[in-house]
Amino acid sequence: MTKQLPPEFYELMEQLQAVDFVLVELNLYLDNHPNDSEAIRQFNHYVKERKKLRNAVESIYGPLMHFGHSYSGDPWNWIDAPWPWQV
Amino acid sequence: MFTLYKTYRPFVGPFDPCPPIRVKSFSTPPNLYIGFQPNNFPQFTPMEALRAGTLWKPLYDPYYNSRELAKGGNPL
Amino acid sequence: MWIYEKKLQYPVKVSTCNPMLAKFLIEQYGGADGELSAALRYLNQRYSIPDRVIGLLTDIGTEEFAHLEMIATMIYKLTKDATPEQMKAAGLGDHYVNHDNGLFYHNAAGAPWTATYIQAKGDPIADLYEDIAAEEKARATYQWIINMSDDPDLNDALRFLREREIVHSLRFREAVEILKEEKDKKRIF
Repeated sequence: MTKQLPPEFYELMEQLQAVDFVLVELNLYLDNHPNDSEAIRQFNHYVKERKKLRNAVESIYGPLMHFGHSYSGDPWNWIDAPWPWQV
Repeated sequence: MFTLYKTYRPFVGPFDPCPPIRVKSFSTPPNLYIGFQPNNFPQFTPMEALRAGTLWKPLYDPYYNSRELAKGGNPL
Repeated sequence: MWIYEKKLQYPVKVSTCNPMLAKFLIEQYGGADGELSAALRYLNQRYSIPDRVIGLLTDIGTEEFAHLEMIATMIYKLTKDATPEQMKAAGLGDHYVNHDNGLFYHNAAGAPWTATYIQAKGDPIADLYEDIAAEEKARATYQWIINMSDDPDLNDALRFLREREIVHSLRFREAVEILKEEKDKKRIF
């Protein structure tokens, strides 16, 4: 155990989980309804929302994704605990 | 009346060793009645959706055990 | 290619130190209708199904790995600080002597995960019907686990997972309709 996360991390993470969950639901729906323009508009709206939230979460937690999908801090902080099952 | 849980009454024999459960129930979730989801289904807000496990209100069908039901469950 | 995100799909909380619940939850980790089976089943069937539904199988299969991580998190939290005595009292003595507090892909009765839990018939309708059945069986398993648990936070996350089975089942049912080509088409006989 190295770092403890501040309470606002949990709040921000849950907001990101909520937006990402909407994206999962719309994604599965659109797989079967590819011509629903309103749902596509909504999907793209939440893609933008998630970018903001993801930046906010990463400013506290460090990179959320590996393999170049997130910027790294110096030193390399992808490997830092806590991991999702530990938080 | 439409319900997402159905019941049946199993046969009770005179030599059954345990006290009989007279009514058994089982789940018939909303997916069984929708077929192909129409456009513009009513939605939850993102935070409600996360809590519910679905974005789509007509698909929401929470399950509670009997102790939770005795306390009224905790629906959204 | 898959990209990992350092985040759970749903905030998993556990309110009581009760390793016995971990014993039951293992069913959804390495059991026949568990999340590992689900992920591997759908991602494997992708290679022999019409293009129109490959995306759906890919997306649901990927989501199942997020569910596997949620189940692992529950088991991890319930057993993390359990002593050998507590493991034994919880019926996890057999697990402990082989794995200590490590997770393993077996079901609640200790039978190891096997590829025979999943099918790939190569026939799109047979495979999608298998997937619908798998979702309904997983839904039922979550009900039986909720029946065994008095942990409010755990049951909350289990209800989330059960609801996902309902949504996935509907999507697979829709996929069957799409392959029947009745959707968006006039019926001509």
